[in-house]
Amino acid sequence: MLSRESSAALMGAVTAFIYKEARLQDEHAYEAWEALWTDDGIYWVPANGDDIDPEKEMSVIYDNRSRISLRIKQLLTGKRHTQTPQSRLRRLVSNIELLDEQASGDISVASNSMVFESSLRDDTIWAARNEYRLRYVDGELRMAYKKVILVNNEKALFTLSFLI
Amino acid sequence: MNVVPRASQWGELIRPDRVHGSLYSDPAIFEAELQNIWYRIWVYVGHESEVPNANDYVVKSIGPQSVIMTRDEQGKVNLLLNRCSHRGNQVCSYDRGNARSFTCPFHSWTFANDGRLVGYAFPDGYEGQDKSKLALGRVTRVQSYRGFVFGSFAAEGPTLEEHLGGAAETIDRLVRFSPEGEVEVTAGFLKHRVKANWKFILENECDGYHPAFVHSSIFGVADSAIGKLYGGASTAVTRDYGNGHTEIDLRPEFRKRDAPMSWFGTTEERLPDYTARMKAAYGDQKAREIMIDGTPHVMIFPNLFIAEIQMFVIQPLAVDDSVQHVTALQFKGAPDMNRRLRQQTMGSVGPAGLLLADDSEMYERCHRGVLARIPEWIFLGRGERRERRDELGFKVGHVTDEIPSRGIWSHYRSLMEKP
Ligand code: FES
Ligand SMILES: [Fe+2]
Repeated sequence: MLSRESSAALMGAVTAFIYKEARLQDEHAYEAWEALWTDDGIYWVPANGDDIDPEKEMSVIYDNRSRISLRIKQLLTGKRHTQTPQSRLRRLVSNIELLDEQASGDISVASNSMVFESSLRDDTIWAARNEYRLRYVDGELRMAYKKVILVNNEKALFTLSFLI
Repeated sequence: MNVVPRASQWGELIRPDRVHGSLYSDPAIFEAELQNIWYRIWVYVGHESEVPNANDYVVKSIGPQSVIMTRDEQGKVNLLLNRCSHRGNQVCSYDRGNARSFTCPFHSWTFANDGRLVGYAFPDGYEGQDKSKLALGRVTRVQSYRGFVFGSFAAEGPTLEEHLGGAAETIDRLVRFSPEGEVEVTAGFLKHRVKANWKFILENECDGYHPAFVHSSIFGVADSAIGKLYGGASTAVTRDYGNGHTEIDLRPEFRKRDAPMSWFGTTEERLPDYTARMKAAYGDQKAREIMIDGTPHVMIFPNLFIAEIQMFVIQPLAVDDSVQHVTALQFKGAPDMNRRLRQQTMGSVGPAGLLLADDSEMYERCHRGVLARIPEWIFLGRGERRERRDELGFKVGHVTDEIPSRGIWSHYRSLMEKP
């Protein structure tokens, strides 16, 4: 499928995927967002730098597929206090680039994002570089890996309980 | 209020079963706490395993002050203030590293990693100066307990052992979870900032009343057995060790279960290497007892919280601004156990943690709440009439009782009343 696509068409599909993911996150569409993941998905938000070893050092989020699911289930209870009321969110995504193709056939993509969060505490701006590995599953793009590199991940962070 | 109470007035703000809301929100009281608590008593700073080699350093803190913990060439651990003795510039701007000396970027004065001034730029002009009087500032007293390094700015006062008192035993109880008897702090810290007074965090650490409500969202979906430990029918207890140290002792519940590693939600079979090493180190019977009892849940006043599988260090920055530094405990000689400790810690704590994000939300809402001045008081009377003494004479009560908060505040009052 990949090889027949022109890079412009691939870029279009990837961009549409990333915009959709952003909208689902902003609107707390938890189940629809979870459905974007492949069965082996990894959701990673490193702490203390961009390239720590998450198997040895603490990350803000380092979820395998079952913990992604647990995180969503918790949000869906409606009793995740830090999301009651839910943060009001809007994010801008830009600088989308296709990176080198993975040996696995997964599509590597990077983007930047800037998220404006309005919560009970205050208004907070989050900025990140996002790295994805996307994969066609039954003709649809899905997310196998998302790494969110917060610009301020070396500093003390306020609670981050929405989907970043 | 903005006026620090005189010694005789603290009793008007702190009563046995209630405290005044201004204690959490008055900036003048925060300043007084820095002087009377943070810059006087023993405060936890870091762990020896964070500077394993000669010349390693790591930047830590005591309240808002930046402290460099170094291991010098002789292997001694030093706590140096991150402030050049020339004009105050911070001499160290990296979080960690290995360095024999620190050169101040402003005018290039150079300090050895034990704090001595070893040279200044353009030494002519400094004729007759005594370099030994221009060293980096040091935390006045430094002492470790089982690898945990504490500092006190007071030249005189209780020893670290006197300060820890009965709570020292909880650290003993922790380190034996390593087959080699040592904790390691090697996983790096998550730093979680909250717009709340530090004492809301301090009290919450051994508040067994809230988990059923604050954490019901995760207990409900994770099919975890933790929730029951904090229920009305639990036999777990809260304990006041004195000196502000408090504990939730879950051993009665784990002893009822009588299953090794159940405290950690697992079994011996799933950690075969670890349990083999524990048995080799302590003998079958003792290892079994240790692995049934579990690790402690203890808050060492004012800033070190050992929460079974992780360690928190509370840092106050301002009256309404605090940082929780959190990391997974790692036990020397237990790689399979350590991996699980990291995974579970990452899931539960830090800014996105399935547990701690909700606790932090409560601290922030409490902080905003106490800015409303009526009814003025925070009520801490839960379980007051059913307190009892344990066999060692420490006050204990039901796991949901507010013995820990009452213990914290009575010690707080004694510290604040001291001139
Ligand atoms: S301030 Fe450090 S050398 Fe001048
Ligand atoms: Fe909690």
